[in-house]
Amino acid sequence: MEVLLSIAIGVLTACGVFLILRSRTFPVLLGLTLLSYAVNLFLFASGRLRVDAPPLIRAGASYADPLPQALVLTAIVIGFGMTAYLAILALRALSESGADHVDTEQER
Amino acid sequence: MNANAPILPILIPLLAALLQMISGHLRFQRAVGLLATALLVLVTGWLTLLADDGVLRVYALGDWPAPFGIVLVVDRLAAGMSLLTAVLGFLVLLYASAGFDERGVHFHPLFQFQLLGLLGAFLTGDLFNLFVFFEIMLLASYVLLAHGGGLARTRAGISYVVLNLVGSALFLIALGLIYGTLGTLNLADVARALALPGYDRSLARLAFALLIAVFALKAGLLPLSFWLPHTYTAAGAPVAALFAIMTKVGIVAILRVQAIALAPAMPDLLDNWLTTLALATVVFAALGALAAVRLRALVAWLVLLSAGTLLTTPAQASAEVSAAALYYLVQSTLAGAAFFLLAGLISEQRGKVADQFMAGPPLRATWLRIAFLVVATTAAALPPFSGFVGKVMLLTSMRDVEAGMAIWVVVLMSGFIVMATLARDGCYLIWKHKAASRPLTGDPVGWRRATATMLLIAAGPLLAIGARPLSDYSARTAAQLHAPGAYVTGVLAAGATPTGRGARP
Repeated sequence: MEVLLSIAIGVLTACGVFLILRSRTFPVLLGLTLLSYAVNLFLFASGRLRVDAPPLIRAGASYADPLPQALVLTAIVIGFGMTAYLAILALRALSESGADHVDTEQER
Repeated sequence: MNANAPILPILIPLLAALLQMISGHLRFQRAVGLLATALLVLVTGWLTLLADDGVLRVYALGDWPAPFGIVLVVDRLAAGMSLLTAVLGFLVLLYASAGFDERGVHFHPLFQFQLLGLLGAFLTGDLFNLFVFFEIMLLASYVLLAHGGGLARTRAGISYVVLNLVGSALFLIALGLIYGTLGTLNLADVARALALPGYDRSLARLAFALLIAVFALKAGLLPLSFWLPHTYTAAGAPVAALFAIMTKVGIVAILRVQAIALAPAMPDLLDNWLTTLALATVVFAALGALAAVRLRALVAWLVLLSAGTLLTTPAQASAEVSAAALYYLVQSTLAGAAFFLLAGLISEQRGKVADQFMAGPPLRATWLRIAFLVVATTAAALPPFSGFVGKVMLLTSMRDVEAGMAIWVVVLMSGFIVMATLARDGCYLIWKHKAASRPLTGDPVGWRRATATMLLIAAGPLLAIGARPLSDYSARTAAQLHAPGAYVTGVLAAGATPTGRGARP
């Protein structure tokens, strides 16, 4: 499972970075979303991967570290809000300048 | 009351913002905002006086003890920085209340949220909570940057938001690595865990290098500073003035993490690269200032210059240098903000020419010329104002450090360039007029904007007159900052047994 997760994080990060380096705002937005997925999985993994263990401490039973799960929840909420704002900003730039380039000077 | 004091600077802007969102009535929002920030100045001032006894005030949110719950930690640095934020926030809000806030919606609640994020970032003692407050600060700043509309602001906004989202992703990766290796995110507990054996040192090093890189992005260290000048140029005058403290958040975060966690455990992490890059930032900013074609861009480059100058200090890891850096930080923040507000006023009185450096109509309000002289003298670090005192203190404190000679040469040379630039550009703004042109008629400056600008500009002379008390306070602050042992025991003693790898599943 560790291998699978690390490959997933790696692929997501690579795609995210590639898309962020594009010059139009929509791929950049998608890239940031993919990057935040990768980061969330990475944060989740920082509490170690445990199968069949709830994040609850009970006597005698094994449990998963609940803190990274809480951190991931926070990160998801924040990342979602930020991405939504960026989408609105990109739409506004599109309507104001007529182009969706990240650093549009004029229409290219 | 005293026990709950540390949470007040966070609660006041939060409640004010919520109250302002209930009613969209502008007069009501202004009154609430000004009242809240005035109260904030009083509370943070009181907190600063309280903190000066050198006792660490630890506020456990929800009464969960330190390594498990989130704590706010008030030491002299946190209290002093919140006072600076509150004073700046009050004056900038006074300026913005004179009409800038009408140019878009929700200015006032966002302004309070921005203050909330700034104050929280200074006060928190937990790294993940620092991330959350950074995000609050950034989210408010994204919208404030776009306030007033216009393509330039939207365009600057996109690159600013994208960069900071990538920065946030790196921040989270760093936090994940720190939690994965050390098993804790409380700064004091991190420092304690770093001193113990039994964790992956290379991973921890990587985590802290990433963390410093994220702070350096906020502070504008050279390869990560290309966003700063055009973002600050595009922002409206009051927003840019408030942003003047945002680079300082990164610098304070680097200073704190360096002094508390890195200095005892991995003192060589910042060696050889931070000072070099900071000096490169200073050169870059000085050349940028020289090439600026309008006053707001020039001030943005000067903010970057002061950030670069300040970034030479964390790698020195010395209390004397940090003390000088803190004085320099306070005065450069106020001078930068004053300059942005003044640029707004000057640009308004010059019609179409605005704040570009070319001959235009003469300024209607004559006091603006004297104000420009005072604030330019402060920003160029010429005597007799606080810029000079700050630079002398900084350079004196660094005469014996390893890179001292390089820092002296670069900082003094860039100071000379800035002086020449300001002299040249000031001539355009104040003296060069088209033949027989008359001052334009238009909106008067108004008492609110005049008071706010004058008070911020007066900080230059006042901080020079009151240099002794402030530098003494900075020295005590730096001494407290560079005693990581006291910080760690102070924070953790309030709680129960520390966490660690053994306590984890």
